[in-house]
Amino acid sequence: MVIRLALAGNPNCGKTTLFNNLTGASQHTGNWPGVTVEKKEGKLRGNKDVIITDLPGIYSLSPYSPEEVVARDYLIKDRPEIIVNVVDSTNLDRNLYLTTQLLETGIPVVVALNMIDVVEKNGDKIDSKKLSEILGCGVVEISALKKKGMDELISTAINTAKIKQAPVIKEIFSNKTEKFILEISSVLKGKVEDCLLRWYSIKLLENDEKAAEELRLNSQEKSIISETVQRFESEFDDDGESIVTNERYNHIASVVKETSKKAKKEKLNTSDKIDRIVTNRILALPIFACVMIAVYYISISTVGGWMTDWVNDTLFAETLIPGAESWLQSVGAADWLNSFIVNGVINGVGAVLGFLPQMIVLFILLAILEDCGYMARIAFIMDRIFRKFGLSGKSFIPIMIGTGCGVPGIMASCTIEQECDRKITAMTTTFIPCSAKIPIIALIAGALFGGSVWIAVSAYFLGVIAIIMSGIILKKMNRFSGTPAPFVVELPPYHLPGLKTVAFSTGGRAWAFVKKAGTVIFVACALIWFLSSYNWALQPVGIEDSILESIGSAICGIFAPLGWGDWQATVATITGFIAKENVLGTFGTLFGLSEVSDGGEEIWSFVAASFTQLSAYSFLVFNLLCAPCFAAIGAMRRELGNKGCLFAVAYQMVFAYAVALCVYQFGMLFMGGGFTAYTLLAVIALAGIIFFLVRPDKMLKRKKVEVSAT
Amino acid sequence: MKTLKDAKCGDTVTVIRVKGEGQLKRRFMDMGITKGCSIFVRKLAPLGDPIEITVRGYELSLRKADAESIEIQ
Repeated sequence: MVIRLALAGNPNCGKTTLFNNLTGASQHTGNWPGVTVEKKEGKLRGNKDVIITDLPGIYSLSPYSPEEVVARDYLIKDRPEIIVNVVDSTNLDRNLYLTTQLLETGIPVVVALNMIDVVEKNGDKIDSKKLSEILGCGVVEISALKKKGMDELISTAINTAKIKQAPVIKEIFSNKTEKFILEISSVLKGKVEDCLLRWYSIKLLENDEKAAEELRLNSQEKSIISETVQRFESEFDDDGESIVTNERYNHIASVVKETSKKAKKEKLNTSDKIDRIVTNRILALPIFACVMIAVYYISISTVGGWMTDWVNDTLFAETLIPGAESWLQSVGAADWLNSFIVNGVINGVGAVLGFLPQMIVLFILLAILEDCGYMARIAFIMDRIFRKFGLSGKSFIPIMIGTGCGVPGIMASCTIEQECDRKITAMTTTFIPCSAKIPIIALIAGALFGGSVWIAVSAYFLGVIAIIMSGIILKKMNRFSGTPAPFVVELPPYHLPGLKTVAFSTGGRAWAFVKKAGTVIFVACALIWFLSSYNWALQPVGIEDSILESIGSAICGIFAPLGWGDWQATVATITGFIAKENVLGTFGTLFGLSEVSDGGEEIWSFVAASFTQLSAYSFLVFNLLCAPCFAAIGAMRRELGNKGCLFAVAYQMVFAYAVALCVYQFGMLFMGGGFTAYTLLAVIALAGIIFFLVRPDKMLKRKKVEVSAT
Repeated sequence: MKTLKDAKCGDTVTVIRVKGEGQLKRRFMDMGITKGCSIFVRKLAPLGDPIEITVRGYELSLRKADAESIEIQ
């Protein structure tokens, strides 16, 4: 018999650690259907008949956040055989609140009292036997971190599932409320399975619209129920949701009083002491800056950077590619095949794997920050600045990492819980110039602006402005305007990060990058390589005679309003999608040079001849803001899904075009170029940007109406 | 009516009621901010907002604008 075991519990209750203990390496990560909430599944170690699903960490089964809805739908519709409810024993009050709701689903439940060792260490006591009696389900004491109580938990869970022992129904509400629950039950009787009768009755009493929809009641039943709920609410002079929640917590308070004894509490525990310093009004920002510099320094400047450079320059450029080339020659492979394998395939794979070491280093650091509890504090410290333009306080990390490389930057957005904030962050991170865009900045500054540092300064400034503007614009779009999750965030106690948790988190994210991002990066790089190496007759040629050249010539007119409508600049922009620093190399090839250094000094005179200052700046603006390299697009696909990724690329292209158009055309107008049709186009683009910036936020309006109505 | 927004750091207050409706109200109550529970206002974020409180033995942070819908005494 296959047993489906669902792990449920609050965030930070140690559920992930327990999941890793139980499943080991057999776990895999996907998404819940229809939402971007992560779904983790795995088989129980040593018993393949037990499939464990790790539900998202939730505080309640309310119908509001996507995580809660996913968990609730899974329990009510898929009905797993057993729920293991992981409870943080050091915080029984809030954790048992979810337990009371889980017990109402009618599914067999076993409560795992996690971190029991910490409770004992504090000198506190929990009477788990009594707790089991009061709750009406099995209770097992465990410590996921120390792997204590694992066997007992598993055997209890499997036995409970096998005998299908549903929790004993306990009347936890006041007599008056229980009477109303019975009243509603009598209406629903026969409409729903008996095991869900109490669940749905309570939900209807709470005015839960989602549950009401699922029941498909006829109008007569609806009116009986709404009349009952009205009487209920007027009897207590409050709304149904509040009455039920209040009584739940009252019940829990009495349960906790009966079953646990707290030793005399010290005034400040270690976590409090750490927090006193770390989120201190004066020290918080300097400490935050130090942590951020350390993360950047380790993942981009030093360890991560070295490893990525080693993979790119030593492993691929010096070993694998020449090795493969000579091996292919020695076995007498045709030149085109050799070129295809070396330049197309191996380079494509290299583009994916090159980022991996850096990414792993970053993911390790992020996992440590998350696991030790500091990540929640980052949101706390930075919230005030970032919420102004619709982002989370945690958006700081992706943008900061993005100044080094957009790919890990985008991937770092996965630490943001709110879906909408996470997506907007992933879409805007690459506006900030990454290290690969610096050569382009250096080229334009060197060739046309006498090496002025202000070009670079303006590039970063432009990036920040683009992020702020896009945050405001995107927040108002329908696809992001689902009710924003309220910022009511638990600040978990600090603790030492677990090696296993960090390892699993890093491994999972790195694998997700290779799988989701890798395919896009590989295919796109191989395609551009093909287009730039062959002509239409499929003969190998230089880039100046290639298919890419004819594409460039065909579409370069699009960029004429931006001031650089020649095919060289267009082709350079296209090859920039493989990696932004390619823009320089392509200019070099197109101007007939073989080597181009980082600053591009060799091609300055050519570039200076084919651009004006204004058109060069417009070229720079477009290349800084337009869709990032394929690797970053691949990373966006991982965070946003296929559709979301296409939308992001389209948005970035249109935004970059509009800004570069405004820069060039208004610049021309300012310098006395006269008002042309293109100027009109720029006026329209500017008007469009302003419209999207200042148009009223539909959601906000709706929210205001709600508030004034109450 | 006094709200949580008006409370000062170091104050211990009692919740009278949570105003509003929908997700925010439910979230507050799910996190244990219910009628009659006591809240200790722990600190302000370095930039003056959000605030950090202790409720039911754990730390919670929330924005001042949202704290306005929690009536206290």
